[in-house]
Amino acid sequence: MPKNRVAITGMGIISSIGTTVEANLHALLNSQKGIAPIVNINTRHKNEIKVGEVLQTNAELAKSLHLNENHNYSRTALLGCIAAQQAVKHANIDTIDAFRTGLISATSVGGMDLTEKHFQNYNAESLKLINSHHAADSTEKIAALLGITDFTSTISTACSSAANAIMLGARLIKSGQLDRVIVGGTDGLAKFTINGFKTLMILSDTDCTPFDANRKGLNLGEAAAYLVLESDAVVKQDNKTVLGYLAGYGNANDAFHQTASSENGEGAFLAMSKALKVAELNPEDINYINAHGTATPNNDLSEGKAIKRIYGDSVPDFSSTKAFTGHTLAAAGAIEAVYSILALQNDVMFPNLNFKTAIPELSMVPITEVTKKPLNYVLSNSFGFGGNCSTLIFSKN
Amino acid sequence: MKPCYINSAVSISAQDTLDNSNFLENTISFEGQLAKAIHPNYKLFISPIASRRMATGVKMGIAAAKKALELAELETPDAIITGTGIGCIEDSEKFLNAILDNDEEFLTPTSFIQSTHNTVGAQIALTLKCKGYNVTYVQGAASFESAVLDGQLLLHENEAKTVLVGGTDELGKYLINDIILAETAEKQPITTPFGEGAHFFSLSQSKQNKSFAAIKGIKIFNKATTETINIKVEDFLKDHDLTTEDIDAIVLGKNGDTFDELYQTLQYSSFKSIPQLHYKHLCGEFFTASAFGFWTAANIIKHQYIPEVLKLNTIKKSNYKNILLYNQLKGQQHSFTLLTSC
Amino acid sequence: MDALKKELKESIIEQLNLEDFTVEDIADDDTLFGDGLGLDSIDALELIVMLDKDYGIKLTDPNEGKAVFVSVEVLATYIAKHRTK
Repeated sequence: MPKNRVAITGMGIISSIGTTVEANLHALLNSQKGIAPIVNINTRHKNEIKVGEVLQTNAELAKSLHLNENHNYSRTALLGCIAAQQAVKHANIDTIDAFRTGLISATSVGGMDLTEKHFQNYNAESLKLINSHHAADSTEKIAALLGITDFTSTISTACSSAANAIMLGARLIKSGQLDRVIVGGTDGLAKFTINGFKTLMILSDTDCTPFDANRKGLNLGEAAAYLVLESDAVVKQDNKTVLGYLAGYGNANDAFHQTASSENGEGAFLAMSKALKVAELNPEDINYINAHGTATPNNDLSEGKAIKRIYGDSVPDFSSTKAFTGHTLAAAGAIEAVYSILALQNDVMFPNLNFKTAIPELSMVPITEVTKKPLNYVLSNSFGFGGNCSTLIFSKN
Repeated sequence: MKPCYINSAVSISAQDTLDNSNFLENTISFEGQLAKAIHPNYKLFISPIASRRMATGVKMGIAAAKKALELAELETPDAIITGTGIGCIEDSEKFLNAILDNDEEFLTPTSFIQSTHNTVGAQIALTLKCKGYNVTYVQGAASFESAVLDGQLLLHENEAKTVLVGGTDELGKYLINDIILAETAEKQPITTPFGEGAHFFSLSQSKQNKSFAAIKGIKIFNKATTETINIKVEDFLKDHDLTTEDIDAIVLGKNGDTFDELYQTLQYSSFKSIPQLHYKHLCGEFFTASAFGFWTAANIIKHQYIPEVLKLNTIKKSNYKNILLYNQLKGQQHSFTLLTSC
Repeated sequence: MDALKKELKESIIEQLNLEDFTVEDIADDDTLFGDGLGLDSIDALELIVMLDKDYGIKLTDPNEGKAVFVSVEVLATYIAKHRTK
């Protein structure tokens, strides 16, 4: 058994399928997707796209955090605060600085939802919002809410951001730099990202269909999720309930193209291989893969090929949960970390919704129904623009 | 964590720093609110077909990164770790303008693709075909320090033998004007200009022929006050078996605003009898300006000499072994960095 | 047709930031992608927007572009046939 294990002792989440961990699990077990036409953002494309949107307005989210009306929180910060607060509560932490506690958050869009409303048109009233633009602002607000004064950082590696935040947290604990780290990611929907993905022509006009031969692209989503990682020593001293462990992690760069993944999934293959090595596991030890599976033609083919490079024709059970939540960008790695832990806790695999036909080049068929099975190890992939590929492996014991 | 070694230090800034033949001689002083970077001929670093889509920050970053590898005589590092506070603001602004001007119609992807924070790190990886560990930190004024800390950790874990770390930030054209406007409204605003730059460093696990300084330790923390800062610094030094007596110079990220009192607290107490230095009057304030301070400290150790333009007092030392850097922005994103001779 | 080809070359240079190119550098039958001008999939998306904005031609699948963006010659012929503005 590897020394200096990294235990997961708390989780928090807000996504389009639920505002708590329990609600997310309920939706996953009942195949209730959160994909629908957009409500909170007035965009020209609202009739052409479907998204995984958190239905609460900013005012409602702010109210649940007891913020005054004059606040300068971006949607990213609001979602992040709610999920991080849940995670700390879930881990039964009373005194945050009883141990050396850090915060590592991930975001790609940051405060862009505020900036795009006032850009080139700031006035005396809105000028206070300008300092909410940069990516660390949401992290600072979460740190302030949780009372974290020690190590605080923010990662932005596009759609693999949160996986890298979880990875750094684990490494800081393993190396003895910190005892406890709150890790995860948050991204609110914004016109900026909707239009950006639209220009890449990878947005589906209907419910996305990961790993399907006829997939048309992704649904964007918004969400936040955080995990509490604690060292063995903290777990022992505080007699903590452990939800699962982070057993392995790997990070690699595809070094192929600024946005597209390589044909043979090189970066993905390297990230998965490294994670297995760190976890000291053989590929066949993995019981279930929560795939990145965005449902873009390029990702699913490339990821599938990478999985096949490791497994040949003996691919483990796998599914993408993006058809539930949409692609939540920088938060995705944390959302799917929560789902991986839920899978381990409940010995259940979540369905890859909307799948009909296997991709001919792959002949890979995902899990399409809620499926019970004893699970010990779950592997979760997150890949992003810029070739940033990351893999996490979670274990029950 | 074990110390790691610095084998090259490259700066593209508002001063003539890319040319390694001089160390802050003939510096420029700034009248206005902006300190724009002095740009090299990027064609020497980037092919025209690749550079046609790149904004200022990406070009600065790639050029500085390539030069850092060249000076360290390293072809491909095991990892590339980048920090940026504001990200690729030029392309973000371009895409925002396109959305607003055309009411979400006829938008093209290039500026969106290049607007993501990891563009510089990704483009370096792509240029070098480097498939190793690759992360981008966006922790405001501690973005560069986050990258350095991760780099030191990778070398400590034996996950890498060599790491390229750096920080880049560009001024952009629009948002900066409103940022300055908001800052001017402060009671005691920042008095240095706002700047931009790219700084890259090649680090290694073991001491090499090219090694000229070492990173002994780095600490990032989110909160400190004038009451706690002395204890924080003492604890940090203690973690590295040092006391304030062992420090030969302190490099401070002073920018003239009200939070300078944190630096002053250290100037008037623990570090009152050693050389005290500042640098943001030379490079301007920006989220990764502290990388200019890091470059400065590494060069002081290399040359055993402090340029006049950096000095806040007249105290001299015969030997510069341990140099401490302290930076923060608006009372947040604090960092201590400890460099030592090797 | 020659006017359209010249117009297209100018648009391509401007839209794709081919700073070191002039209209004379691009022959009508030069391959635009791959070995020719060296354009890539991001450029293809840029050109799809150009078709829509300047000529009222909507391509919904990026793969459709492959057959159209072979060369300035092919592109001009396609535009002449399908343009709505």
